[in-house]
Amino acid sequence: MALPLKYNLRNVIVRWRSSMATVLGIAAVVAVFIVLRGMARGLEASSGNTGDPRNVLIVRKGSQAESGSLVSREHFRTLLYMEEVARNERNEPVISAEVIVMVTAPRRDGSGEANVLLRGLTPRGMELRPQVSLVAGRWFEPGHHEAVVSQRLARRFAGFEVGGTIRAGPTTLAIVGQMDGGGSAFDSEAWLDADEARSIFERDQYSSILVRPRDEAALIRLVKKVEEDKRLTLRAEREVEYYAKQTLTAKPIKIVASLLGMAMSLGAVFAAMNTMYASVASRTREIGTLRVLGFSRRTVVACFVIEGGLLAGFGGLVGCLLSLLMNGYSAGTLDFQSFAETVFQFRITPDLMLLGVAFSVAIGVAGSLLPALRAARLPVISALKAP
Amino acid sequence: MANDPIVQVRDLRKVFRQGDLDVIALNGVSVDIAPCEFVALMGPSGSGKSTLLHLIAGIDRPTSGTVLVQGINVAELNESQLADWRNQNVGFVFQTFNLIPVLTGFENVELPLLLTQLKRSERRRQVETALELVGLSDRMHHRPDQLSGGQQQRVAIARALVTDPALIVADEPTGNLDAKSAADVMLILQALARSSGKTVIMVTHDPKAAAYGTRSLHLEKGEIAA
Repeated sequence: MALPLKYNLRNVIVRWRSSMATVLGIAAVVAVFIVLRGMARGLEASSGNTGDPRNVLIVRKGSQAESGSLVSREHFRTLLYMEEVARNERNEPVISAEVIVMVTAPRRDGSGEANVLLRGLTPRGMELRPQVSLVAGRWFEPGHHEAVVSQRLARRFAGFEVGGTIRAGPTTLAIVGQMDGGGSAFDSEAWLDADEARSIFERDQYSSILVRPRDEAALIRLVKKVEEDKRLTLRAEREVEYYAKQTLTAKPIKIVASLLGMAMSLGAVFAAMNTMYASVASRTREIGTLRVLGFSRRTVVACFVIEGGLLAGFGGLVGCLLSLLMNGYSAGTLDFQSFAETVFQFRITPDLMLLGVAFSVAIGVAGSLLPALRAARLPVISALKAP
Repeated sequence: MANDPIVQVRDLRKVFRQGDLDVIALNGVSVDIAPCEFVALMGPSGSGKSTLLHLIAGIDRPTSGTVLVQGINVAELNESQLADWRNQNVGFVFQTFNLIPVLTGFENVELPLLLTQLKRSERRRQVETALELVGLSDRMHHRPDQLSGGQQQRVAIARALVTDPALIVADEPTGNLDAKSAADVMLILQALARSSGKTVIMVTHDPKAAAYGTRSLHLEKGEIAA
């Protein structure tokens, strides 16, 4: 039978100074671990939360992202008249040829400049993205060199408030409104008229086409048609699927989280080990007494491993609370596909916190195993004679 | 049979290795101890009295010879069997009390019972009875650091008694106590042998403590002196 848990708890409390140091050390490791994963989760959510399942996004065959894609006007015209394309109440085809360009803008915090993704789009493009809403000012008017920026981007870049300007190639765009992308990838964009964008940046071609087929059957037919038409050399997929795949930015962060987590957890394991070795050393006589009373070596091992796990688990809980401070915090990072600043929110979810606590308990168990084995191997008589 | 020895020690030898030297702690000791005896093991430091006590109580193994306790050859038990055997058959009292500092008197006494199949209520009853027997019912929820030395040793005696073992071994139980507390502890141990049917084996340097016993065995250089 195991020793009562209160024995472990009270020992942790009695040695509160070293316990506290271990708890805080492990809390820091777990907090960093969770926050980094929360960052990757936020980036993934930003991509995953983008698009409409009824829309199809078309890019050049072989392009992984809109920013690296070119779609000719001829191809656009071919798509425009396809029977699968839905029409609005004015009998206009619901299709938007869009231009993606990168401009640089100064960061608000003075830490230099960063790329901002400018999307040139048509009024149909706005209809196709109902998750984006205007929150300040008004929408841009074609031909007036106007742009609307996302409000999250506006918080990160100087001069992005309504009335400010964006430097765009040889000209400047007046910012006339701010939009909310509803936590989607559009929160990292500034929008202007598509033809104006082509004119400013002297682009003969578009970057991508966003289209709404008539219905699900038409969507499937359209995708098949585009993919199979050798003249088009285009790739079509559901808009939501396209964005769900745009998680490359989160990958390096996940790798960093894992590497950093491993390196820090190694340190935390040694911290826990140190605490538990000290605990075993100061309780040698106690261990001898327990053995004399009939407690087995296995019980002694379990006792110290449980104690290490408890201590570290508590550290993990504190780490979770610390990481929660970052939940919802809006930040930006470089999108490794478009090389523009991408804005996301840290997402500290319950499953991440559970993972953090499990991680901390694993640290505690790993750190206390050797001290526990040492405690169990102590010869009973010499343990009894310990000071 | 009622008068058969509870402890039979035959040709017991214990040799410790210290560096390149063999140190003989016990050199062919043979002794019988009858039930309800209160035996004091006496002798100078290094005479082997504590070693003999440890071998009888199953916390050390002999180099040769046998220790039979209630007919069981203790040296033949493996580590796990020995732990169970100690829990069920031997109560321990130490000079330094050896109570768990973070547990209360009640919880300390309950420890050996956690290894039994007893229900919580039964454990509680047995712990209270043991503490009552040593006169500490009113201090059972105090931690060791809130008790005097004499009170701590009485808790230790209650812990030794609580599983109702046949044998109680005590290693210098009065070594850390003042005269009054020492006398109280000795009276309890004496009563255990006289009235509760326990066999008590005690190591002591103190002739006053030994006087409470029914018999004294003197050891010198690992042998029982005549």
